Amino acid sequence: MTVTVERGSRAVGTHQHAGPRRPRPHQSYALFLVPGVLAFLAVIVVPFLMNTGVSFTEWQGVGSPRWSGLANYRELMDDSEFWASFRHSLFMVVAMAVLPTMVGLVLAAALFDYVGKHFGSRTATVLRACFYLPQVLPIAVAGIVWSWILAPDNGTLNTLLKSVGLGSWQQDWLGDPGIALYSVMGVMVWVQIGFPLVVFMAGLQRVGPQLYEAAELDGAGWWRRFWHVTLPQIRPEISVVLTWCSIAALKVFGAVYVLTKGGPGGATDVPSYFSFTTFFEKTQVGYGAAISTVLTVLIMLLSLIGLKLQTRAEDAEEGVRV
Amino acid sequence: MTTSALRRYPVLVALCIAALFTVLPFVIVAVNAVKSPAEYSQHGPLSLPRGLYLDGLKDFWQRVDYGQKLVNSVLISGCVAVLAAALSILNAYAIGIGRIKGRTWVLAFFVLANMLPQEALVYPLYYLSKQAGLYDTRLSVIIVFTVIQAAFGTYLLSSVLGRFPREIIEAARIDGANKWQVLWRIVVPVSRPTIGVLLVFFFIWTWNEFLLPLVMLISNDNQTVSVALGVLQGQRLMDATMTNAAALLGVLPALVFFLVFQRTLTRGIAVGAVK
Repeated sequence: MTVTVERGSRAVGTHQHAGPRRPRPHQSYALFLVPGVLAFLAVIVVPFLMNTGVSFTEWQGVGSPRWSGLANYRELMDDSEFWASFRHSLFMVVAMAVLPTMVGLVLAAALFDYVGKHFGSRTATVLRACFYLPQVLPIAVAGIVWSWILAPDNGTLNTLLKSVGLGSWQQDWLGDPGIALYSVMGVMVWVQIGFPLVVFMAGLQRVGPQLYEAAELDGAGWWRRFWHVTLPQIRPEISVVLTWCSIAALKVFGAVYVLTKGGPGGATDVPSYFSFTTFFEKTQVGYGAAISTVLTVLIMLLSLIGLKLQTRAEDAEEGVRV
Repeated sequence: MTTSALRRYPVLVALCIAALFTVLPFVIVAVNAVKSPAEYSQHGPLSLPRGLYLDGLKDFWQRVDYGQKLVNSVLISGCVAVLAAALSILNAYAIGIGRIKGRTWVLAFFVLANMLPQEALVYPLYYLSKQAGLYDTRLSVIIVFTVIQAAFGTYLLSSVLGRFPREIIEAARIDGANKWQVLWRIVVPVSRPTIGVLLVFFFIWTWNEFLLPLVMLISNDNQTVSVALGVLQGQRLMDATMTNAAALLGVLPALVFFLVFQRTLTRGIAVGAVK
């Protein structure tokens, strides 16, 4: 499935290079795009342009916006809260993209190469399902579950630590400014791990088993097979997952809202939550728009790099195949 | 072989333990949701329940009018899934089958729209929906998510339709079918597996959405499950039993989707990720 769809997208993207084609008098197909394009103008393009426009104004959300040029952006440069929120975003990228990718790789390889082969694919499927489960949970519900587990006094984690004699490790996991960010990161790793795992396992399915068998016959141990067979083979998936998850990490909102509301003392504030409070609590709409515009530019840059990596990986793969 | 299989058991055990840790929070929540407050305060969160105490669940259900929230979530997610799939099909038909001019750019436009952070749309959407008299209606959320999800659907479906067997379409055209008939009688039925994946994903994604519904749906009667639970949690008004009731009731629908759509989900993830 993966391979075919992947091939399909290549066909769409590069069809004009596919050689001479009969000219098609099918321009009226464009009519089918009309509802889509109109809906997109109304819900995405116009609001996005409005948001960008508002970012150059002072506006409280009522009355008419007052043009202020780059004032909001200049203010952002000196706003330590803003920089802190972006610093926390980097932590989120580690928690939601880097760590899940690394752990997901090892888990996927172990499930595919060990469990799948020696204990049957059913066992592998069940284990995969367990790791994937947190992914289907609404983030608000995940937040409820975890804020109760991480509660300070009789929280489950603290009770657990006490009962196994590690009482001195007890913490106010979400309330201590020095720890809260790491606690949120931990929750996000739990939420995120299933996604790379499933993608990598699907990717591994297109790797011929003979590659592994050959490596095994040559006496390659598990780690050597992992480095020299698994990693190179699923490089396209790795770059896709890293991009995709990094974008998700920059957008993270629900988890922060439910777990910490950006607190304590801004210790877990992230750009999306920061813009949300600026919009709706401080009603500095112009400033909030500037924050979200900067965030958008960052995400777009990341998306373009990701798309580039993806097409390059696909081209390379194509070259190998041909 | 037996010795090498024996050597592999530690790996299996390690993986099982890791998997157990992943599902442990679900288990703990389920266990504590059926404890009475007295039992909870006496024995803490780690003890096994001594009986089945369902009043906490019942109280919570009534207090947040959970039935209404479920109806709202099902209604919104269901409408979005169907409408967004329909919109994706129309777009993808023009791009993938029709191969309209400039389709690469149109496609790039949809991809970027999909990547756009909702933060960059939220205030204008809030403002515009107020102007249009749609603020705090389920319809506003349905419209917005139909378009957002269709951005992804267009991308995925365009690539699938891009390699649709042309001969079938040519044959139907020669038999006198117009484009509309070709779409509904041939393209849609043949692409049913992909459309099924899209429907499941759109439903679950919309069910799980938080930011936009939080902003758009303020009244109790319109809120979705995710928003209602998230807001309650944010206010920190709940005791431990209540929290677990909330968590369990929030987990259950997700669990049902998961069990019903497990195959579609994992297949779809793979399809969607490496587009």
